[in-house]
Amino acid sequence: MIQNIVDGFLVGSILSLGAIGLTMAMHMLRFANFSHAELLSVGAYAALVFDGLFSALFPVISTAIGPLSLTWALTLATILSMGITGLTAIAIDKLVFKRVRAKGGELSMVFASFGVAMIIRNILGLIFGLDPVLYSQDIVFAILVSADPLLLVKPDQVFTLIAAVIIMFILHLVLSRTTFGYSLRAVAENPTLAQVSGINLNRMIVLIWLIGGGLAAAAGVFYGLTNQINPVLGRDLVLPIFAATIVGGIGSIYGAVLGGFLVGLAANLALVILPSGYSPAVPFLIILAVLLIRPHGLFGEERA
Amino acid sequence: MIGIISYLVFFATVASILSIAVLGLNLQWGNTGLFNGGVVAFFGAGAYGTLILGSAPQDGLLGGFGLPYLLALFGGMVIAGIVAWIVGLLTLRLRHDYLAIATFGVAVAFENLVRNAAIFGGAQGIRGFERPLRDVFGSGLAYNALFFVFVLILLIATYLFLERLIASPFGRLLRAIREDETAAQSLGKSPSRVRLTAFIAGSVIMGLAGGLYATFYAFISPQDVLPILTFQIWAMLIVGGAGNNKGAVMGTFLIWAAWTASGWALSRFAPLDVQLYTGSIQFVLIGFVIVGMLMWRPQGLFPEKLVVSQSAKTGR
Repeated sequence: MIQNIVDGFLVGSILSLGAIGLTMAMHMLRFANFSHAELLSVGAYAALVFDGLFSALFPVISTAIGPLSLTWALTLATILSMGITGLTAIAIDKLVFKRVRAKGGELSMVFASFGVAMIIRNILGLIFGLDPVLYSQDIVFAILVSADPLLLVKPDQVFTLIAAVIIMFILHLVLSRTTFGYSLRAVAENPTLAQVSGINLNRMIVLIWLIGGGLAAAAGVFYGLTNQINPVLGRDLVLPIFAATIVGGIGSIYGAVLGGFLVGLAANLALVILPSGYSPAVPFLIILAVLLIRPHGLFGEERA
Repeated sequence: MIGIISYLVFFATVASILSIAVLGLNLQWGNTGLFNGGVVAFFGAGAYGTLILGSAPQDGLLGGFGLPYLLALFGGMVIAGIVAWIVGLLTLRLRHDYLAIATFGVAVAFENLVRNAAIFGGAQGIRGFERPLRDVFGSGLAYNALFFVFVLILLIATYLFLERLIASPFGRLLRAIREDETAAQSLGKSPSRVRLTAFIAGSVIMGLAGGLYATFYAFISPQDVLPILTFQIWAMLIVGGAGNNKGAVMGTFLIWAAWTASGWALSRFAPLDVQLYTGSIQFVLIGFVIVGMLMWRPQGLFPEKLVVSQSAKTGR
């Protein structure tokens, strides 16, 4: 039980990072982006490539930090990967979504995102192979925090949780303390009025993709660090991330954070009563429950 | 020669079954503007429903009701309709994203359920279904040809039903809601109710396709209800032309031919070490077809013929 709660928080932090970008893009561009979770895969693999590159070029930084399996090389690679994934998100928008937006309705975008997800996922599979890979071959043993109730935690998991919370706190500061944050919230509130006030909507869309992609990359690396990296990572996470945005209410960034943790916790606690084979279906049950009880989520607003 | 004919019958049967599912999707998406991201859930509900209701009792499996075939097929459609009713009731009042996400979710949950629950056969699926009239027509080409005729009749019936439906006042209402919900509402129509009706009707048709599919193979497993099938069915509709039933059927045959041909070509000509990735290559190709169509020809190869008003039709 305790183990499930702790695991829930760890998974939740990853889902939160993924859901923030998704909820922003969904709110602003008004379409359910099924390719968002693939950005996690892009980030995870980009970090893998640069980690290998940095470790080969500068062997000094390829040593693990403290008890973690994380190396300085991977840390640098992650930061670089966040930028690259952000740029990938912008490129996808420019190449596909922008054109589909110009041609058809919002629902064409939903389907286009299905197609984009399919392309990204399978190209990653073609490049990196279908087998799972790990950042580090070293075995990091879980630390026995308590024997009864049983609680095992890996140092990487603790790091992931802390790092995710720090990243979200930085985002909070940006949103609440900078002009950019105000503009972003203004656009989310009322795009037309925001534009009248001199905010460049297209620039905001680009920035949203950049932030969303960057956060997704961090989430992807964290997922790879605590689980494994494989090409179907996006497919496995897309539903939990959607569940997180729906729990939080589409468009609410703080809702997405809370939603991520709630979905992570609920999905792990459900394993207490359900056999683990059913875990992929749990996010769907959460979505149904939310739609039944509070259709617009915790912080969402009613919008047609 | 017999081999080629057998294959053509096989191909045409599968393509016709898929056409029925695409027609169901066309009612939802093409005519009503509902995004169903989980076609396989309804297809699968029909398939599993038909086999569970129609097969003889087996150890550890749910059902074995041994109903007469047509009744079992109908039961599968009803089960697909019930699933659609639950999902639709919860999502159709909300903004359209919710339906897309919830239907995608129901497909994931459905596959997960049938894969894990022993009463649905688990990963091995449901076998041991006796195809109807097997003892009369044997198991060779004659039987397959006859089954193809049966599927074809149902395809034509579905087609004619949908053509009549969209030409009826109800069809006009569907298009009115798709184009301008507020305007339809101002005329006293209830968009969420009409949408729910169309969503259930489309899903029931998908259930019929699923039931036929399961009958054809006399077998269904979680492997048959993977998300890729949703994607293929969507590709068929988008390429054919959403809103046009003729286009939907043409698109189905075109995409299914391209899919099987590319699979055959890859398995024939690609080097052995690439063969493992055949699926990935096909998925990338179909992904590009979809995205390309949406970018350059969103109306599809056979676009919907919009009748602006009754008087325009008569050429006045």
